[in-house]
Amino acid sequence: MNTATDNSTVHENTVRPEALRSELLVDGYEVVIGIEVHCQLNTDSKIFSSAPIDFGHEPNTQASIVDLGLPGVLPVLNSGVVERALKFGMGVDAELGLFNTFDRKNYFYPDLPKGYQITQMANPIVGRGHIDVVVNEGDNNEYPKRMGITRAHLEEDAGKSVHDAVDGMTGVDLNRAGTPLIEIVSEPDMRSAHEALAYIKAIHQLVTWLGISDAIMAEGSFRCDCNVSIRKPGTPLGTRTELKNLNSFRNIERAINREIERQIDIIEEGGKVVQATMLYDPEQDETRAMRSKEEANDYRYFPDPDLLPVRIEQHTVDTIRATMPELPVARRARLEIELELSEYDARILTGSRQLADYFEAVVSEVGQQHAKIAANWVMGDLLGALNKDDKDITTSPISAKQLAGMLKRLFDDTLSGKLAKKAFSALYEREFGDAEDAADQIIEAKGLKQETDTGAIKAIVEDVIANNEAMVEEYRGGKEKAFNGLVGQVMKASRGSANPQQVNQILKELLG
Amino acid sequence: MSELHLLSTQQLITGLQDQQFSSLELTEHYIKRIDALDSKINSFITHTSETARAQAQAADEMRAQGDKRPLLGVPMAHKDIFCTQGVLTTCGSKMLHNFVSPYDATIVTNIARAGMISLGKLNMDEFAMGSDNSSSYYGTVQNPWNLERVPGGSSGGSASAVAAGFIPVATASDTGGSIRQPASFCGLTGIKPTYGRVSRFGMIAYASSLDQAGSLGRSAKDCAYLLQPMVGHDPRDATCIKYDIPDYVQDINDAEAQAGDKPFAGLRIGIAKEYFGKGLNAEVDKVVRAALHKYEELGATIVEVNITDPEITLATYYMLAPAEASSNLSRFDGVRFGYRCENPKDLIDLYTRSRSEGFGPEVQRRILMGTYALSAGYFDAYYIKAQKVRRLIIKDFDDAFANCDVIASPTAPTAAYKLSDNLDPATMYLGDVYTIGVNLAGLPALSQPVGLTSEGLPVGLQLIGQHWQESQLLTTAHLFQQHTDHHLQHSAIAKETV
Repeated sequence: MNTATDNSTVHENTVRPEALRSELLVDGYEVVIGIEVHCQLNTDSKIFSSAPIDFGHEPNTQASIVDLGLPGVLPVLNSGVVERALKFGMGVDAELGLFNTFDRKNYFYPDLPKGYQITQMANPIVGRGHIDVVVNEGDNNEYPKRMGITRAHLEEDAGKSVHDAVDGMTGVDLNRAGTPLIEIVSEPDMRSAHEALAYIKAIHQLVTWLGISDAIMAEGSFRCDCNVSIRKPGTPLGTRTELKNLNSFRNIERAINREIERQIDIIEEGGKVVQATMLYDPEQDETRAMRSKEEANDYRYFPDPDLLPVRIEQHTVDTIRATMPELPVARRARLEIELELSEYDARILTGSRQLADYFEAVVSEVGQQHAKIAANWVMGDLLGALNKDDKDITTSPISAKQLAGMLKRLFDDTLSGKLAKKAFSALYEREFGDAEDAADQIIEAKGLKQETDTGAIKAIVEDVIANNEAMVEEYRGGKEKAFNGLVGQVMKASRGSANPQQVNQILKELLG
Repeated sequence: MSELHLLSTQQLITGLQDQQFSSLELTEHYIKRIDALDSKINSFITHTSETARAQAQAADEMRAQGDKRPLLGVPMAHKDIFCTQGVLTTCGSKMLHNFVSPYDATIVTNIARAGMISLGKLNMDEFAMGSDNSSSYYGTVQNPWNLERVPGGSSGGSASAVAAGFIPVATASDTGGSIRQPASFCGLTGIKPTYGRVSRFGMIAYASSLDQAGSLGRSAKDCAYLLQPMVGHDPRDATCIKYDIPDYVQDINDAEAQAGDKPFAGLRIGIAKEYFGKGLNAEVDKVVRAALHKYEELGATIVEVNITDPEITLATYYMLAPAEASSNLSRFDGVRFGYRCENPKDLIDLYTRSRSEGFGPEVQRRILMGTYALSAGYFDAYYIKAQKVRRLIIKDFDDAFANCDVIASPTAPTAAYKLSDNLDPATMYLGDVYTIGVNLAGLPALSQPVGLTSEGLPVGLQLIGQHWQESQLLTTAHLFQQHTDHHLQHSAIAKETV
């Protein structure tokens, strides 16, 4: 067993040479970033006790005697965490730790009730794997990259020290103690804040896609530590600093960039970067040292004698594999090939499993030949509206069936594009609630049916020609634009219901 | 009724069933003895006489209504290492001088469910660390056979209380011999079951991979009675394994019914020269050999086996047990329960002084040893090496059991010594030399009384069995006790009437 005093990411000399992209150099320095993600697993109860893990309760109401670390209590592993960790391992195509063990990491802190954290040091449940991401370095500069994952292991979360609740005292809230975490440790493969962000977003997408975590950053159920160092290309790794507990995608990017600048400034001024744990202060937009690594504890890792090794049988692996959903990358590829969507569209539509499911449910109703238009409606109108209302696909007021119902009316010419927008708004306002045929009811109630009767359209066109002599003259005098004005008048007169192609055709005929 | 406390558990059960006496009378008898005599030996830390009386009365009523649980209304007491809801649980330490547990240990629940009545909490070496009960914050315990002598540790309070006739049976725990060595010093039978047989949930941890709860009584059958409700799988202890549970008393009765003149015919008892070497007191040697001769007379065959050099075993134990202890005792930090120092000036001061003031010297010594053994740079040389040796010790036992059914040895190298002998720690650790291999291998073992020294001090014989073979050990000791009367000898205090 390794006796290192720190299980952080950077393994010297493991940086792969092909990772270097010269355009990413900052003032001639190459940036090296490794990331640890602490992701809370969404089990009903804690990793070693039956206490619930709900967020946002009164302090110490979600902690059992096991979480409190009372004398004599013992941990018992929640099998739900094993299943979730294995799903993650399969999701990153990793070697699975079929024999994995728990270790104790010993240190004193008031929010650590037992005086040690139970974690996996020597034999983690997930070994080497990787995740494929698309990095966005700005407009027209996107590229795919494979990021290495060193390992992922199970561990329990600590509690929380509360510094402001009791005057002159520090309180301890152990609601979070014993919450199951999977700590995902990357290779030092990231070369910019954007690459780091792309990696973190991909992990975030994956864990929610797999349904193993709620991954809500604001609630701390998805937390990132970034190890940042800089070096001249081709030279050994520089001294790294660790940015702790970054709690939003925006702060991750800003913190990394600030830290890169800080390190460059130090080196340019002839100084040396000191290994340290840094905190990012969003108010001041700066990184500050929390503690230097010289004061680091000797964690005295050793196998936890209260927990037996976990031996995972092949049939367990097979059973879990059988329940694995199609992964984001595979699904993206399938949408591109089967539905002939662009890479961009496919990526947006696989932003979450729920969105992809929604989209595919719509397509299965309207037919593959309409996939592109369905994609436009989902990505444009629907996501736009949801975004504006701070909602996501899981809280969409329009069901996939309802949207498909509307699109069918578009495709069979019952609706014009313009009327469809009206129908969409009505659907979004849920004017006919959950009804699967809400779109048809809306068309009926609002009279949105497109007019395709040639005779009826002709009558309106004749009327318009008669009442807009000036415009007719202009058109006949050679002003093509006037034609559009006449079309507009016809549409207006028909209250938008006339089929535009027919209007064009009839108008042209009558104007000669 | 002055003789009630000299009755065996079997006799108590029969007496209660036949209404020769009530549970309340029995309980009162013991309480009266404890009140009158415990000041001489200091075996109890906490008395629960009032609740015991209420429980006894309730037990009598239940029995009258047809409740047939055999142990219903039989008194006992718990080693203070077991958490008891609403009752002080100190683990013999100042660190827990104010700790009233909000929950019951699994075995406490199980024993209460069997209908037994707890008379209180028994003195022990602090956090079960010690071999003579001198490390208790609540003072040393005297040996009821000779008040100048130690009762053995760490279950010294449990052993003394039974030997004094304050309770018929007691719970105890054994990390390196803490049931067997006090049983030996106090003339009792004590059994440490297979690791994983009894739940550790609610037993305050010393060294998790070695700790195991067991029972102490005056005879093998008494031990069997108390052990029965203790054993079995507990979903709250991941190391407490699902395994067939025998009926220990029934097995004893069956064996007794089948036994002829030579009850041990076919039994191969392994003797290891490693357990009869230097350091073994000559008188103890003599008494133990006489007992083995008796086993032979009763049909057993003695065979030679080899096991790991006890000095290696001792060194392994004193590497691993403190390592685990240093981690297990981290939770005693003054933050959430137990002792907290006065006016800490900051967090580090709170930790440092709470632990310095709350833990006694033996506990501090082992925490320091263990911290050292686990620290970066020494881990491989000490902890990992010791774990490897542990594998070899287990293998040596396995090999030995290929040639015998049980292994016999002296339980301890000496009889009870005087507290004033003031042994240095290293010498005191030698007292565990024959018992700790069993804990490292997770085996069951029992100590039974087999005679007295010339000074009238009890001597114990240890029987070591294969995994899960408690029943064989209890039966073997019981059949021996059918043909001998060592277990019927009484301590000076037990002979006193009040």
